[in-house]
Amino acid sequence: MADLAQPAIALRAIEKWYGTRDAPVHALAPTDLEVPEREFLVLLGPSGCGKTTMLRMIGGLIEPTAGELLIEGRGLWKAGQRQGEALSELGMVFQDANLFPWLTIEDNIALPLELKGWPRARRLARAHELMRLTGIAGFERRWPRELSGGMRQRAAIARALSYDPRILLMDEPFGALDAMTREAMNLELQRIWMETRKTVVLVTHSIAEAVFLADRIVLLSPRPGRVDMILPVPFPRPRAPDLQSTPEFQEIVRRLRRRLSEIS
Amino acid sequence: MPDTAAPPVAAAPPASLTRRRLTKDSALPWITTPIVLAALVAVWEFYVVQFRVSPLIMPRPGAVWQAWVEMLQSPRAWHHTWMTVYATLTGFAYAVVIGVGLGVIIARVRWLEMTLNPFIVATQVIPKVALVPLFVLWFGFGITSKVIVAAVLAFFPILTNTAIGVKSVDEGHRDVMLSLNATRWQVFRRLELPSALPFILTGFEIGIVLAIIGAIVGEYLGGNAGLGHLLIARLNAFETADMFAVLIHMSILGFLFYFSIGALRKILVPWHASARLKV
Ligand SMILES: Nc1ncnc2c1ncn2[C@@H]1O[C@H](COP(=O)(O)OP(=O)(O)OP(=O)(O)O)[C@@H](O)[C@H]1O
Ligand SMILES: [Mg+2]
Repeated sequence: MADLAQPAIALRAIEKWYGTRDAPVHALAPTDLEVPEREFLVLLGPSGCGKTTMLRMIGGLIEPTAGELLIEGRGLWKAGQRQGEALSELGMVFQDANLFPWLTIEDNIALPLELKGWPRARRLARAHELMRLTGIAGFERRWPRELSGGMRQRAAIARALSYDPRILLMDEPFGALDAMTREAMNLELQRIWMETRKTVVLVTHSIAEAVFLADRIVLLSPRPGRVDMILPVPFPRPRAPDLQSTPEFQEIVRRLRRRLSEIS
Repeated sequence: MPDTAAPPVAAAPPASLTRRRLTKDSALPWITTPIVLAALVAVWEFYVVQFRVSPLIMPRPGAVWQAWVEMLQSPRAWHHTWMTVYATLTGFAYAVVIGVGLGVIIARVRWLEMTLNPFIVATQVIPKVALVPLFVLWFGFGITSKVIVAAVLAFFPILTNTAIGVKSVDEGHRDVMLSLNATRWQVFRRLELPSALPFILTGFEIGIVLAIIGAIVGEYLGGNAGLGHLLIARLNAFETADMFAVLIHMSILGFLFYFSIGALRKILVPWHASARLKV
């Protein structure tokens, strides 16, 4: 069982510099941040403030220049090597679903389990279970190109959940979807999160999306990227779409918008 | 507001979607090809008869047809056919193994690509057909020299297409494998290979046609077997109709090889747009 006192994710003085052809870019100033178990944390900020950088570091896709990253209490990097146990607690969802076009939907979702050596019958059973959870049952044998953008993104979420990581990392997962689908997907995500009791870190550009989904919002400011403020969002769960028209909701949105225009 | 809601829709897909769509576009070539062929043969016949062309220069279609039918009944001719098929397929197989293997390695190892590139390009710009006599000198008049010519010709398009295919792997897909902590082998087997397969098959398509050309040119220049040899022998005997028959035979063989790769494409990469092309 997860130790609730220990944060799911801990950033200790995490810093990132990118080497480029001219001057190095300071993408993220030394940052401390803890994400408690089962929290829904949203990273919000103007373009180029380092949201993706931070998320990709947490996901083990890029190595921090300095600092220490703990996933469920375990170091993610040791001597420049990513650590398998920490990685297996992380599931990533990208802006593009990134499904493999040569695999059917069920095989895409089962891919992580295939890499782990699960037998086919067992991993497909698991994939079907996740397709029910994410609401795409019935599309098992389709090719990814035969699905709508929203359905592809559901499949990507199912794939990230397949090996039951405790943490789900999402970089603008619905950024490419239209406003209506996006709102529906946010409701679905909230439901999936409540059913699976994962820790979620989600990156978004949308203030309303952030306020609707988050337990806490981390606002980042640019050049170099750093935490500007952390805002708890107290609304009870499950949250309904109507919440967005309440004065309390509007007030938080307004505050964030004002601050965003000051820092960008 | 029930009065503004849209009425329920009777849901029956149009028949054109439920029936297998063989009827429309894919059937067209089966009708047009014979018509165009017949027209060409008619022009040919008309030309030969009208201008009284010597059968030594240009036999009549009927004579060629007859020569071909006779050829189909001759075990000697089938032996020659088999020799050409063997040289083509063996050479192609070598080209596949070396081309795909080297292509994959080159795409992943930058310094090796830089080192080998000048030599690979050199093997291309040298007119290889001009080297065929040299291969005959080195490897004799037997089948080996034909296999090697076929392999050398087919190798390059397979190599380049494989390398391009592996290099064009989507960055987002690589991120997925990276986040899943996939091993190098898994990245190759589950991502790079399937992703490059449509490119590799394009290399095969070009390669198989070059392989048969290589085999036939090899047979022109040396030995006493194969359709290339048969063609030259008929030419030297002034059996022009027979020569045309061999030509037809070769073309059919080329078509068969080419379409086999097309079939392979439908089996191996049904997900890719190229598998739905009508060629
Ligand atoms: N691979 C890279 N090489 C060099 N600089 C980079 C690289 N990736 C990001 N940067 C720089 O780091 C900074 C932060 O980028 P990042 O992608 O993390 O921002 P972001 O908050 O995700 O932006 P957006 O909202 O537009 O997605 C930017 O100034 C960007 O130009
Ligand atoms: Mg980003």
